[in-house]
Amino acid sequence: MAKKMAIIATKGTLDMAYPPFILASTAAALGYDVQVFFTFYGLQLLRKDLSDVKVSPLANPAMPMPIPMPVMVQMLPGMESMATMMMKQKIAKHGVASLEELRDLCLEADVKFIACQMTVDLFEFDKSEFIDNVEYGGAATFLSFAGDTDICLFV
Amino acid sequence: MNFDKELNARGLSCPLPIVKTKKALSDMVPGQVLKVISTDTGSVKDMAAFAEQTGNALVAQEEVGGEFVFYMKKG
Repeated sequence: MAKKMAIIATKGTLDMAYPPFILASTAAALGYDVQVFFTFYGLQLLRKDLSDVKVSPLANPAMPMPIPMPVMVQMLPGMESMATMMMKQKIAKHGVASLEELRDLCLEADVKFIACQMTVDLFEFDKSEFIDNVEYGGAATFLSFAGDTDICLFV
Repeated sequence: MNFDKELNARGLSCPLPIVKTKKALSDMVPGQVLKVISTDTGSVKDMAAFAEQTGNALVAQEEVGGEFVFYMKKG
């Protein structure tokens, strides 16, 4: 009987998008049966177009920056896009997979993605903007799988 | 060491060497050996952990000129 892992993905930023996809793809490679429940801002990670997934230096004091940057500067327009561009360059340079690639690897390995229906309704998201391989459900749907897992993580 | 298939995972970071190893093994038959070349230092521990958890055997490994070479026998 395969081991099981469940992840709740609640964050929609570039840095916080990595842990769920990395752990899910790796666990699937190790033979785990994996489900990821995307809720609140985590739902952004299911969009077909992930170009709006960004990282902000603001309120993110542990983020390594090439030069120390005062908060007043981090607030300026364009800083978020710049930080995102720099992070993506770093990611590519170090051979770390893109989010799209990791997400595809998860799907290829039969990781099941569940989108929180309540959040979709709450933020009036258009389901056509999400990838196709997604099931829509609520907390009870997720818990029916999570209740029987070996590993359950909240990201 | 003899091997049946080679996977070039140079320049790739976690979790790609593991995920690609799993994919490469999937169309091999038990007993065949996959050679994996990685430049990711983390893959040394990860490959051993992968073998242990998946029933494949890490039959040999070596470091050659800063590259890590693994021989994974499909279980």
